[in-house]
Amino acid sequence: MNGNGKLDQARCGEIFDQIRKMASGTNVEVTITGGRSALTRFANNSITQNVSEESCEVSVRVQLGGRTARATTNRFDRESLRRVLQEAEALARVQEENPELQAMLSSREQTSAAVVNRYCEETAAMGASERADRVAAMVEVAQRDGLNSAGTFSCGESFQALFNSRGVERWHRETMAQASVTMQAEDSSGWQKQNYTSARLLNARTLAEVAAEKASRSAHPVELEPGEFTVILEPSAVVDLIGFLAADFSGLALLEQRSCLNERLGTRLFGENITIQDDVLHPGQNGPVFDGEGVARQRLKLVERGKVCDVAMARGTAARIAKSELAQKIDRVRATGHGLGLPNEIGEMPVNLVFEVAPGAAKTVPEMIEATERGLLVTRLWYIREVDPYEKILTGMTRDGTFLVENGKVGKGIRNFRFNQSVLEMLRQMLDVSEPVRACGEEAFDMVAPAMRVGGFRFTEVTRF
Amino acid sequence: MRKIGEWALEMAVARGASLAEARIVSDRTRALGTRNGRVATASENESLGVGIRVLAEGGWGFAATQDLTQEGVESCAALAVEIARASARVRQEPVQLVDEPPAVKEWSSPCEIDPFEVPIEESLELLRKVDAALRSVEGVTLAETNMLFRRHEQWFYNSEGSSIHQTRTVTGAGMAAHAFEGETIQTRSYPNSFGGQYQTRGYELVAELRLLENAERVARECVQLLKAPQCPEGTRDLVLDSSQLGLQIHESIGHPIELDRVLGYEANFAGTSFLTLDKLYTLRYGSELVNVVADARPEHGPGLGTFAFDDEGVQAQCVPIITEGRFEGYLSSRETAGQIGRGRSGGNMRADGWTRTPIVRMTNVSILPGEKPLSFEELIGSTDDGIYMETNRSWSIDDKRYNFQFGCEIGWEIKGGKLARMVRNPSYSGITTEFWNSMDAICDRRHWTLWGTPNCGKGQPEQTMGTGHGAAPARFRQVKIGGAYGS
Repeated sequence: MNGNGKLDQARCGEIFDQIRKMASGTNVEVTITGGRSALTRFANNSITQNVSEESCEVSVRVQLGGRTARATTNRFDRESLRRVLQEAEALARVQEENPELQAMLSSREQTSAAVVNRYCEETAAMGASERADRVAAMVEVAQRDGLNSAGTFSCGESFQALFNSRGVERWHRETMAQASVTMQAEDSSGWQKQNYTSARLLNARTLAEVAAEKASRSAHPVELEPGEFTVILEPSAVVDLIGFLAADFSGLALLEQRSCLNERLGTRLFGENITIQDDVLHPGQNGPVFDGEGVARQRLKLVERGKVCDVAMARGTAARIAKSELAQKIDRVRATGHGLGLPNEIGEMPVNLVFEVAPGAAKTVPEMIEATERGLLVTRLWYIREVDPYEKILTGMTRDGTFLVENGKVGKGIRNFRFNQSVLEMLRQMLDVSEPVRACGEEAFDMVAPAMRVGGFRFTEVTRF
Repeated sequence: MRKIGEWALEMAVARGASLAEARIVSDRTRALGTRNGRVATASENESLGVGIRVLAEGGWGFAATQDLTQEGVESCAALAVEIARASARVRQEPVQLVDEPPAVKEWSSPCEIDPFEVPIEESLELLRKVDAALRSVEGVTLAETNMLFRRHEQWFYNSEGSSIHQTRTVTGAGMAAHAFEGETIQTRSYPNSFGGQYQTRGYELVAELRLLENAERVARECVQLLKAPQCPEGTRDLVLDSSQLGLQIHESIGHPIELDRVLGYEANFAGTSFLTLDKLYTLRYGSELVNVVADARPEHGPGLGTFAFDDEGVQAQCVPIITEGRFEGYLSSRETAGQIGRGRSGGNMRADGWTRTPIVRMTNVSILPGEKPLSFEELIGSTDDGIYMETNRSWSIDDKRYNFQFGCEIGWEIKGGKLARMVRNPSYSGITTEFWNSMDAICDRRHWTLWGTPNCGKGQPEQTMGTGHGAAPARFRQVKIGGAYGS
C-alpha cells in the first residue's frame, strides 16, 4: 500500500498485524490516519488557489517497561514499517524508566465506544467542479452587491484506526465540508463561516448573503473611544474566546500548576447561567469517540451552573491524580477518554465543548439587541492571544462587522477595537445567552456554542479602520 | 526522483497545462523533550511525497500524493489539471507569471554536526541536566526542555527546464521554567519562547546556546517574577531585547509586506495590509535608523528563511524593504510581482512540505544593526527613564497590521541609565508606523542575532513555516506601556 487515503478498517488491521509480528513481544500501539481533502480558495471574486491532497501515515508507539517513544512514516512497505518500529525502540531504550507510565490499555479495560455515523458519501465524492459551483454562488452575491469577495469552500474525508498489542482496536471515519466568506466594501467588511460533516447542511450562498449584508451595513465606520461596553458576541466570537479555556480543563495542567483552575476546582468561578459539557456524541459535534490511547470518550460536565466540576484525564494523569491532593477535589478520578497520543507534553484536553442553556432561558440575538441601551454587536474576533495565564486575560481585535447598538437597535459600523478581557470575568458577566449552535471561528476548534450578551467587556485601543 | 518529476510534468503538459511544477519532498524530524525530569517528547517522523502545481486555461491547480508509482504520480498530475480547469471557470483574468530563467542546481545548507548522527542518549542527557538545573531553584513548579531536528530535502522540476535539489537541516533547542504562587503564573524561557532558538544548521547550535550554563539564572528570574511588582502603566521609553524585536519585525513588517496580502488574496483569513501600493517609495515607515531587508541568501546567515531557490524555482535574493526609514519593497511571487509591474519575483514562495502549494512567505526579514558602535550597556546607559523588556509572552496585531500589542516575560525599569527593579507582566502597544518612527537607537553588529520563528501560520489550508529575523536591542521613544492590564 502506498498513497491510499482511503484505507479501510480491515486493511489497517493487516498493517497492525504486520508490525505486531515484527515487534516480537514488545508492546506496540499503532495509529493509522489518513484521508483526502480539497480546498478551493477565492479572492477578488476569482479562484486564486485550488488544492487537493491524499495522504496516510502509520505511527508506531513502543513501550519498554516504563519507557515509551513514537515513530511515524507515510511509507507502508515492509522495510519502512520495520524501520519506524526500530526507531521507536531506539528512542525508548535510551530513556530512564518512568515508574508512573501506565501499561498500554488492554482490551479488558477498553469500554465500548458508541457508534456514530459521521460519514457522508456525497460529501466524500465532491470534486473540483462542485466546489467551483459553490464558490461561483458566493462570488455572484458579491458581484450583485458590488462587493469584493474572498473565502474558501473545502471538503474531505478522514479516518483514524488505533490498535495495540493488548487487544485494543478502534476505528473512526468522517467527512467534513466547510465554507468561509469575507465580503469587502470600500471601508467595511463582513464575514461568515460554517462547517458540517455533510455538505448537504452547508449553504454557501446563505453565508455569502449574511456576510454581504454585514459589509454593506458597516460601511463608513465611525471611531469610538475605547472603554467598557456591553457586547453581543455572535457564536463565532464566543468559540474563539472559550477555546482558550479548554487546555485548562486538563488534569495534567492542574498537576503541573499551569491551569487557571489551580486552587479553583469546585468553586463557583462563573455565573450561574454557565453550564459547559464535553460531549463527543452531541449531534453538533464531530471527531473520533476515543482518545489517543483508545479510551472511549466520556461525557464530562465541566461546569455546572458556574461551578467547576470536572476535568479531562488521560489514563496516566488519572493515576497520578489518584495519589495527589487533587483527588480530594475531583468527584470521580478516572480516565475520561481525552488523552493525546503518548508521549506528549499536554496530557489531555476536552475538544467537544457543548454549552447548555436552562429551558426557557435562551434569548435570540434580536432580543439581545433590543435589550441593549448602548453596546456593540461583534461578528468575529481576530488574533487572540493569552496575556495572563491565571486570570485568563486575552487580547485580540474585532474584525469584519462590528456595530454600535443604541436604544435596542443596530446602528453604524465602528472602527475595530482591541480588547484585553479576562474570560473568567466575562463568564461572570454574561447577561443573556442564545440557543447553542454548531459554530466555528479561526482560533479554536469548533464547538456547540451560543451567542452571548456580556456586560463590561474591556476594549483598550482602537485601530485605523 | 527525476523520473517521478518527468511523469508528473509530462502528464500535466499532455493534459493541457501551460506550466507544470513537481516538488518531491522528503522530510525527517526528531523531537525530544522533558517535563519535570521525565521524557515528555520522543518521536521520529518521516514523510515523502510529491506536490504538483499546474496552470491550465489561466487557472491554478494543485494536487499532492504520496503514491510515487508512475500510475500514482500521473493520476495526481491529471487531477491537478482537472482542478486548474475548474479554477478557470471562476476568474476575472487569467493568471500571468513573470519570467524566470530555468535553473539547474544542487545545494545543501551548511551543517557541521549532523543532528541525526548525534546519539539520542547524548541529547537526552543534556536535556535531563538542564531540566534538573531548572528544578533546583525552589519555587519552580514546571521545568520544560526540548530539541528539534529537521532535514528537509526537495527536488523541484518544472516544465520550463528547472531542476533544483536542495537539502536544509534545521536544529532548535530551548528551555522554560514556570512557577505558580498565589494568583499568578510566571514563565521564563531561554534563549527565546516558542521552544528556544532555531537555525538552518547542525547540532553545533546546541553547544553555542549554553543551555546548562543559563538554566539556574532563568529559573531564578522566573521565581523572582512571582514577587515582582506589576509593570506600571504609562507612556515611557522602551528598550527591547533582540528576540522580542525579531517578533516585532515579523508581525509589523514581515506580514504587511507580503504582496498577496496587499493584493487581497489573504483577505478571508490572514488579512490584508495597510501597505497599499501607493505607499511604495512614499511611506516613511520608520526613522532613518530603520533598515530592513528580506534576505534568503546563505550569506545573510543560517536563518529559517535561508535557501538557494524558493519553491517556484526563483533564486534566493536580498530584497530591500525599508531603507533609512523609507518603504521600498514587498515580498512577491511570479504571479504577484507582475501585478505591480515588477519584471521578476522576489523569490518568496514557500510551501509547508509536499502536501501544500507555495504561497508568499517571509524569508529572513531582518533589521540591520546600527552602523555606529553601540553596546547594550551604552544603550541602557543613554536611557534616562524607561522599561527594558525581554522574551515574548503574547503577540497580537490587527488584520491590516496596524495596531499591535505585545507582552513580554520580564521587564526592568531603567532609571538614570541603569537597570533598576524587575517588573512582571510587561506589555506595550502601538500603531506600526508610529512605533518604527520612534526608534532612535539600535545596537551594533556585536549584539545582532538571527532569530528563528518556527511557527508562522498562514494560508488556507493553513501552512506553518519557519522564518528568520535578525535583530539587535533597540530603543523606542514614548511608547504606550502596560495597557494589557491597565485601566
